[in-house]
Amino acid sequence: MTTSPSDSPSAAADLAVVGAGPAGLAAAVTAAGLGLRVILLDAGERPGGQYYRHPAPGLGAARPEALHHGWSAFASREAALRAHASAGRITYLPYHHVWTVIPDPDGAAWTLHAVAGADEAPATVRARAVLLATGAYERQLPFPGWTLPGVVGAGGAQAMLKGGLVLPGSRVVVAGSGPLLLAVAGSLASAGARVPVVVEAAAYSGYAHHVPALLRNPGKLAEGATYGGALLRHGVRLLTRHAVTEAHGTDRVEAVTVARLDRDWRPVPGTARRIPCDAVAVGHGLVPQLELATGLGCATRPSPDATVALELDAEQRTSVPGVWSAGETGGIGGAQLALAEGEIAAHSVAGRPVPARLVRTRTRLRAFAAAMAGAHRPGSGWTGWLREDTDVCRCEEVPAGRIREAVEDLGARDARTVKLLTRAGMGWCQGRMCGPAVAALAGTDPAPDRRPLSCPVPLRHLAELPAELP
Amino acid sequence: MSEATRGRRRSPRDLVGGTPAETWSLRFDGRELPAQTGQSIAAVLWSAGILAWRTTRDTAAPRGAFCGIGSCYDCLVTVNGRPNQRACLVPARPGDHVTTQEGTGHDDLAV
Ligand SMILES: Cc1cc2nc3c(=O)[nH]c(=O)nc-3n(C[C@H](O)[C@H](O)[C@H](O)COP(=O)(O)OP(=O)(O)OC[C@H]3O[C@@H](n4cnc5c(N)ncnc54)[C@H](O)[C@@H]3O)c2cc1C
Ligand code: FES
Repeated sequence: MTTSPSDSPSAAADLAVVGAGPAGLAAAVTAAGLGLRVILLDAGERPGGQYYRHPAPGLGAARPEALHHGWSAFASREAALRAHASAGRITYLPYHHVWTVIPDPDGAAWTLHAVAGADEAPATVRARAVLLATGAYERQLPFPGWTLPGVVGAGGAQAMLKGGLVLPGSRVVVAGSGPLLLAVAGSLASAGARVPVVVEAAAYSGYAHHVPALLRNPGKLAEGATYGGALLRHGVRLLTRHAVTEAHGTDRVEAVTVARLDRDWRPVPGTARRIPCDAVAVGHGLVPQLELATGLGCATRPSPDATVALELDAEQRTSVPGVWSAGETGGIGGAQLALAEGEIAAHSVAGRPVPARLVRTRTRLRAFAAAMAGAHRPGSGWTGWLREDTDVCRCEEVPAGRIREAVEDLGARDARTVKLLTRAGMGWCQGRMCGPAVAALAGTDPAPDRRPLSCPVPLRHLAELPAELP
Repeated sequence: MSEATRGRRRSPRDLVGGTPAETWSLRFDGRELPAQTGQSIAAVLWSAGILAWRTTRDTAAPRGAFCGIGSCYDCLVTVNGRPNQRACLVPARPGDHVTTQEGTGHDDLAV
């Protein structure tokens, strides 16, 4: 389905959509259906984003839907994407990682710069409106041993399973916090891994305060029950208010220590026990991926899960005119919400009234998302399971002790200063993995994503930019 | 449930059915590993039970795929002599030669 921009690069499309996950895909096909000329760019090779991640056709999976809920919602939109692409209404550019978006001086159009394909070729597209549907990445809270091979992201394990049909090990402890853990445990177990236990740091009783939001979301309850059923069938136990506080092993993980947590997520002394395993899938919720948006100056707001999300109006507009956003960038809320928000944004960009059905769906699912986010917000005591020599920044190998020293002895008052003093967050991942942990150790709230480039860009691309651009 | 009552272990392939279009092999540090068209390099390595294919700059600690989606850069690997490729994103191709990446991947340049 790969298509190249057929028009000259200077002819601006009506809309450029960054991200072909549920939000971006739904937005692109809806906008094209409303008559707009759309360019859809995605860093990945296939549409679907994180939720509808699926094996390449070459892997010959006869039932990719076995790994998904609501596959038909994806299949119908993918079919629409193919139809619009062959009719020339959508230019779909997979394997294009957009690293910056630049407004024309008169504000009438945008230029998006991307790195394309394995040979990292430069690519440029232009559009009169931009929709950022860049999704999220996982939040990781470090613990001793978390850099051992075999300790992997929970969503990462899910992504590798959905995309490559592979497992990290045969006995996998799933740990962290958030509803994604149940989905991950269910998939791993269905695919043949033994999952002795799901270790959840929050108490699910947190949901009890939000009964109305839950009752208005029977679909979500059913989804939870499906996961619950799969877990029961595969003999998976759920331990709430517990955490993996250490991973053991030399060349790879061999066991974990699991401890009970108090209300603030502090490990309770004397409750530690060891569970053998050959892999750990760990994640503490998701963090909206905002660097393109913050680079454009879009306003942000704090979410109840202690992450930062974009400030959006009822029609998915950011604070920057001409820039819309949908899905996880506006706060973590799941694939169904992302689909609805993508469609709302498309109507808005096309200047059409937003169907009431979409507005109701969004309101209902956003309420549910807020309830969940609050229930899984990390307690401050989690830093109690770090040792002085536990690497917090994986890229630059900066241990907790050095970060504490920067805060306590050198007077760093925020994550930025810690970064300058210790190099935590200055490596390849630009703080995506350690950002929330560094902020917690510095005693501050996480700051919005600010990275000059959203992925590594060959220097020659920067050199080739027209001189008058900022 | 005990191992015995569970019977043969399921595999991801059992779950989604079907058969791969093509199976060939990829060279990893001199070993031939089975690979299928459509797998990322990280998926090929995981299928072979290999979880680490890089060592860190400071402590030479082993690392492999962590985030699985291209954001952690822990899975960096040298593919056909080109260092710092994210194994979780790069599709494996017949004839690829993948080598463990040590440090920055530019050690040969002595920088
Ligand atoms: C690793 C992971 C695994 C997950 N697994 C599950 C699961 O099993 N079940 C579940 O219910 N939810 C899961 N989620 C949550 C799920 O991502 C969301 O609910 C849903 O996919 C949100 O849709 P979205 O369109 O907002 O974002 P996404 O699906 O994340 O899509 C964002 C898209 O944007 C692209 N992108 C990002 N930045 C750029 C850029 N600069 N240039 C070009 N393209 C870009 C990405 O490649 C991606 O395709 C997972 C999340 C993560 C991070
Ligand atoms: S595993 Fe994180 S970038 Fe590849």
